[in-house]
Amino acid sequence: METFKLTVNCQQKDVTVDPSTPLLWVLREDLKMSGTKYGCGIAACGACTVHVGGVPTRSCVLPISLVGERPVVTIEAMSNDTIGRVVEEAWVSEDVVQCGYCQSGQIMSAVALLKATPKPTDKDIEESMGGNLCRCGTYVRIRQAIKAAARQLG
Amino acid sequence: MATATTPNFLEVNRRTFLRMSGAAARGLFLSLHLAEPGHARQTPKAQAYPPAAFIHVRSDGKIVIQVNRLEFGQGVQTALPMLLADEMDADWSQVIAELAPAADVYSDPIAGIQMVGGSGSIAHSFEQYRQLGASARAMLIAAAAAQWNVMPEQCRTEASVVYGPNSQSAKYGELAESAAKLPVPESVQLKKESELHLSGKNTRRLDSRGKCNGSQKFGLDVDLPGMKVALVAHPPVFGARVKSFNADAARAISGVRDVFEMPLVRGTGVAVVADRFWAAKQARDRLQAEWNTASVEHPDTAQLFSKYRELARTAGNIAMTRGSAASMDSIPSSKRILAEYEFPFLAHTPMEPLNTTVRFDSSGAEVWAGSQFQTFDQMAVAEVLGLKAEQVTFHTEMAGGGFGRRAVADSHVQREAATIAKRLPGIPVKLIWTREDDVQGGYYRPMFVHRVDVGIGADGMPIAWRHVIVGQSLVAGTPFAARLIKDGVDATAVEGVADTAYAIQNFYVSAHHPEINVPVLWWRSVGHTHTAFVMETLIDELAMRAKTDPIAYRLKLLSPDAKKLRACLTLLREKTASWRDSATGNRAVGVASHESFGTGVACAVEVSVENKRPKIHRAVIAVDPGFAVNPLSIESQMQGGVTFGMTQVMPKGAITLKDGRVEQRNWDGYTPPYINDAPVTVEVHIVPSSEKPTGCGEPPVPVISPAIVNALSRLTGKRYRSLPLAEI
Repeated sequence: METFKLTVNCQQKDVTVDPSTPLLWVLREDLKMSGTKYGCGIAACGACTVHVGGVPTRSCVLPISLVGERPVVTIEAMSNDTIGRVVEEAWVSEDVVQCGYCQSGQIMSAVALLKATPKPTDKDIEESMGGNLCRCGTYVRIRQAIKAAARQLG
Repeated sequence: MATATTPNFLEVNRRTFLRMSGAAARGLFLSLHLAEPGHARQTPKAQAYPPAAFIHVRSDGKIVIQVNRLEFGQGVQTALPMLLADEMDADWSQVIAELAPAADVYSDPIAGIQMVGGSGSIAHSFEQYRQLGASARAMLIAAAAAQWNVMPEQCRTEASVVYGPNSQSAKYGELAESAAKLPVPESVQLKKESELHLSGKNTRRLDSRGKCNGSQKFGLDVDLPGMKVALVAHPPVFGARVKSFNADAARAISGVRDVFEMPLVRGTGVAVVADRFWAAKQARDRLQAEWNTASVEHPDTAQLFSKYRELARTAGNIAMTRGSAASMDSIPSSKRILAEYEFPFLAHTPMEPLNTTVRFDSSGAEVWAGSQFQTFDQMAVAEVLGLKAEQVTFHTEMAGGGFGRRAVADSHVQREAATIAKRLPGIPVKLIWTREDDVQGGYYRPMFVHRVDVGIGADGMPIAWRHVIVGQSLVAGTPFAARLIKDGVDATAVEGVADTAYAIQNFYVSAHHPEINVPVLWWRSVGHTHTAFVMETLIDELAMRAKTDPIAYRLKLLSPDAKKLRACLTLLREKTASWRDSATGNRAVGVASHESFGTGVACAVEVSVENKRPKIHRAVIAVDPGFAVNPLSIESQMQGGVTFGMTQVMPKGAITLKDGRVEQRNWDGYTPPYINDAPVTVEVHIVPSSEKPTGCGEPPVPVISPAIVNALSRLTGKRYRSLPLAEI
């Protein structure tokens, strides 16, 4: 067990856990932030996507010991993020979700995309969202929502 | 139990109510009367439902509606409250929908158990939720009329307010208490279609916001004081038993509380209980479990296909016979198509891994689970814990997908959770199946082989059809068997062929159901996953041979009573007229249509081949679900359903077994479609209809794979009869 100092959604958090514990489980179980989801544990589905140092990251395979001083941002902070808020509204407005379980990760990937590429093409969307699995198959509406958010932000 | 005369529907204490209603639960196996698949058209039996169990008007004006089935993406948590709120004239912006716990009153009106399946939510509860809303409205009006000393007929309602004849008005929230004391009306008048203001209109989901900001809790997010996390090491071959394991290595992990061998529905396993997931996972990885696998059958995909192909050469138990089976023999081979199809096992892999939380103590138990079968799962937990069903409070948790995987008659996940919780009285235990447990854990869509002999008449239409289907029964050994297996044929294996809408004069269908040591389960759209593929690719092949437009050919062959498919194909023809015939060069259009669960769907896709894979540029769907309760949700189900269906054509869209062991572990080996694989656009057109509504969750799934493959055949001239699709 080791104690780690984390910055999660602009707040300082101390956690004492096994250093190999993936960030995902620290968020979910130690910090009680369950918006970030477990889907596969091998970075194959993107349900656990958070931003670490501004980069969309699969938290299920990132040991807590490797987070370092990089700030962690999760879905719970998106309503207070300029782009996050617009993306969330676009998701609601386009009625994207079905079961909704993958959507935290989808939104985190979409926000990262729009922060880097304000006017994404279909190809940009496929590249940035290509690792986020949705078993309900909401991809058509995800595409629409990203484009709607881009228009809103433009 | 509670009855229609329960007076206090607005203020009833839910726990009290559940105690009352739970008492009937034990008799349910006796009254189980499931609808036949594909025929969700029965009228719910006349029963006045107690509004007390479904509606709670709070004094702040919020109207809390209990939804009698699981929400797992299909949109029922929005659609059923729409129907109720519409009849109640409730202010939609004030409606809160909750998933009802397990209780007899929440049983599906037709199935007789509390469940989601067979695309029956709207089909079965349409009248029920409307009547509940109309009853509540009548009671609120009666309360207002009594207060104002006017006749109820003089009052009208709008947006949660009752208006009287002399400019009186009262909000529902203010009337709730007095309305609660009035009797539930014996009969109510439902609105005419023209009077509906919510139903039939595009309505956004009620659960959208929470699912977009991370606040929606799913079963896996259940967090209780003192809760432990449990993982189970399952046998590497189905049904095998533990020989030995290293508990010391597992216990050495910090946070591990218990390690023990336990019985499973099939074989035995080793449970690891820890404070946190990661400790449980590390401990399980260190168990070094050895298994006795010698005494169980080792299924093997290659061997099974070989066995199935042999079986398919012989007639099985008769599923359907029409005309003369021998008529084929007089048709020359030049006028025949002999086709053999192979379909692999498929896993559902819903996004949210399987899980159940159980807390057990001397007085009873509490369960938290996203369940498609609350009734069975509640009874299974009770059985494991030696309790009565009514001693088990069963919370229905929001589920991250399911597609059939949470509708398991043997309740194996809940039994595991209860078995572990029994050992730790007073401590809530959350059992998690990791993705590996899920992919390797069985309960797959069965493998199938179809062998079809088609005889073609002078006009290019099929005149004889001999069809053998080989695959495991989904329901053998379950409470569904008595209803669904007839004369040795499991209806879920032959649906979509035996009841085809095509008018084929001499038609003979039979089935073999080998018993194989692989647990199998319904996978979104059940038998239609393979039967529609066979029928729709063969019909398309016939249309090509006849040099006839694939829509025209289908319309010509459909039986006169296939009204929905006819309407869908006609609408599809109209909506694709501008581009369907102009696809040239490296693009082609494929068409498929199929009716399942009472809903007709026709689909056209524009496809090219890129990197040896089909690229779907656009898909157009025409659907006839009867009256469209929430067109927006139907659009989403169609878009999502075709993407889900594409799992079947993905290069890694198969579960395979080698010497008894599943060869895939996770989504790297069993890979469903991602955004790059899905169509860029899916255009959905709904046939206007005032017919009784039918379901939309499953019907889009069957059409997409044959439509894609039919387009490929037009591009390459080859036929594709095995899934998953090899390189083009």
